[in-house]
Amino acid sequence: MTTEAPTAVRHRDGVAVIDLVGDVNAGAEESLELAWAAATAERPDAVVLNFGATGYINSTGIALIVGLLAKARARGLPIRAFGLSPHYREIFEITRLADFLAINPDEDTAVHGTEGGRHG
Amino acid sequence: MTTLTGSLRRRFLGRPAATRTAELAKAPQGEHTAAVDIAPNDPLLAYLQSAKGPVDVQALQLDSPALVALKAADVKLAVPLVSQGELIGVLNLGPRRSEQEYSTDDRRLLDNLAAQAAPALRVGQLVRQQEAEARTRERFEQELEVARLIQQNFLPKELPELTGWHVAAYYQPAREVGGDFYDVIPLPDGQVGFVIGDVTDKGVPAALVMAATRSVLRAFAQRLIDPGAVLEQVNDHLSPDMPEKMFVTCFYGVLEPRTGRFRFANAGHDVPYVKTVDGSVELRARGMPLGLMPGMSYEEKEMDLSPGDSVLLHSDGIVEAHNARREMFGFPRLKEAVARYPGGADVIDRVLADVHSHTGPDAEQEDDITMVTFQRSAAAANQPPEDLLAEFEVASVEGNERLALERVGLAVAPLKLSPARLERLKTAVAEATMNAMEHGNSYRADQPVCVRVLAGPELVRVQISDRGEAPPAEPAEVPDIEAKLAGLQRPRGWGLFLIKNMVDESREINDDDRHTLELTMRLGGDDDD
Repeated sequence: MTTEAPTAVRHRDGVAVIDLVGDVNAGAEESLELAWAAATAERPDAVVLNFGATGYINSTGIALIVGLLAKARARGLPIRAFGLSPHYREIFEITRLADFLAINPDEDTAVHGTEGGRHG
Repeated sequence: MTTLTGSLRRRFLGRPAATRTAELAKAPQGEHTAAVDIAPNDPLLAYLQSAKGPVDVQALQLDSPALVALKAADVKLAVPLVSQGELIGVLNLGPRRSEQEYSTDDRRLLDNLAAQAAPALRVGQLVRQQEAEARTRERFEQELEVARLIQQNFLPKELPELTGWHVAAYYQPAREVGGDFYDVIPLPDGQVGFVIGDVTDKGVPAALVMAATRSVLRAFAQRLIDPGAVLEQVNDHLSPDMPEKMFVTCFYGVLEPRTGRFRFANAGHDVPYVKTVDGSVELRARGMPLGLMPGMSYEEKEMDLSPGDSVLLHSDGIVEAHNARREMFGFPRLKEAVARYPGGADVIDRVLADVHSHTGPDAEQEDDITMVTFQRSAAAANQPPEDLLAEFEVASVEGNERLALERVGLAVAPLKLSPARLERLKTAVAEATMNAMEHGNSYRADQPVCVRVLAGPELVRVQISDRGEAPPAEPAEVPDIEAKLAGLQRPRGWGLFLIKNMVDESREINDDDRHTLELTMRLGGDDDD
């Protein structure tokens, strides 16, 4: 069982892509903080969260994503996502995370920001 | 002449009128000496009662211990104080200071003095008596209030809502609070315990025994389930400390709401009735009242309650209610009422109306009246049985919600839930398990979370239980993403929100030592995929 998400940060076309791996739960907090710091250090145009390699996301993980959204909002930084399973896409919609984090079907769309979504 | 001293006055005023006393004051120096009590059966009392004026003590010849004492104390004259024909005191005089005999004028003066003093003394006595009675009444009322408070605190604050059943209860204490009590206890596997009891005696002692009985019974009900075994243990625990001449009658039954099976045992309580299509049926089981002696056994019986059947548990305040001719309401009348009236809450209202009609409108309620009724809904015909698909525990260790999620996923696999609904159920199970580990068990590894998975033809239920040690830390507020982003709500607090949105129904079940969240998912429900 994976208890934390080792994250990697890539930069592509002026956008920082955070590749989340494994579970997004309380154990992912520290690595997510580090990834966020690395992703935003070079002042990207946007941050993209890649959920393609994640498994289980619980309510604590959702709270961590809310925390990232709050940070992005504070600096006027768009934040987008892709790779979510239908189930977690539903959860992002129920919780209205999807209103503040554009959910895209793939990385290209997410990086180029062509999908809709409100950005606080 | 001696005077009626302050001490003497206090002695007379402070005693009830039925006790006759004499007080001796030694004349020469006006010193006050020891009092002389006159026993109620002493012939001196009758003599003084009928005496016409002061009595020459030294010359009096009576077989009277008090007279002997008076003579020994050198009392010369005893002046009866009589008010409204009743001897309320005696004024005793020693020798005159002049050592001369009391003259006729002295005696006349004393007689007049006694005639004046007696009514005043009587008024004083009555005032004291009324003050004492008022204090006694006040103390009695205070004790009744304490008894009421104890009883109210140990009666259920609310009744459970049982699917397919109507549960109702009525409790009205008499002015002089008796020892009635009832209880409805949530038990494992969705079973429910029904209790009705009556402690002999009234007031605070009965209320305290009632509280102890209720607590002990609740504790054993959770552990033992079987009604006979529960009463046996309760009896063994109560007997050593039961006050003399007190005992408890108690009926205890365990209902399986889903099937209608009702197992029961009775410790000498009034026999409950069941309204059935065939009329009233008595729920008889043999057993001695609780607290009389340890080591008793209690017969256990059972009855399958069909849709429409209604059980009435009752206390003796109903059947022993008297009318003006001192005739009791009686068991036959109650049995007939149960057969005739609708079940559920209706039977309570109608029986009460019958009892009031029997006693008359102005009659004071003689004893506590308690009724508990539960009726199986006629529409709840034969709910299909459920299968236990899985039952397991997970230690309260962070991350272990994944174990629960995966095991529930495996358990429900044969049910062929749609992928979307299966994922929702698993998320709800994970969140409920997290809450149980964190809030219920404070993440103590030795306090496991218990998970049960039950399935019927139309639904699957997952019950997740913890020790219920702490109130849920989840906020009551609905999580609002905008408020969270604005810093008006903390980022966390999504657990219960997710649970409620993931399953078709969720409900909490609390009992004395655990908290359970039950998640229900209908099979073949709408699939949003």
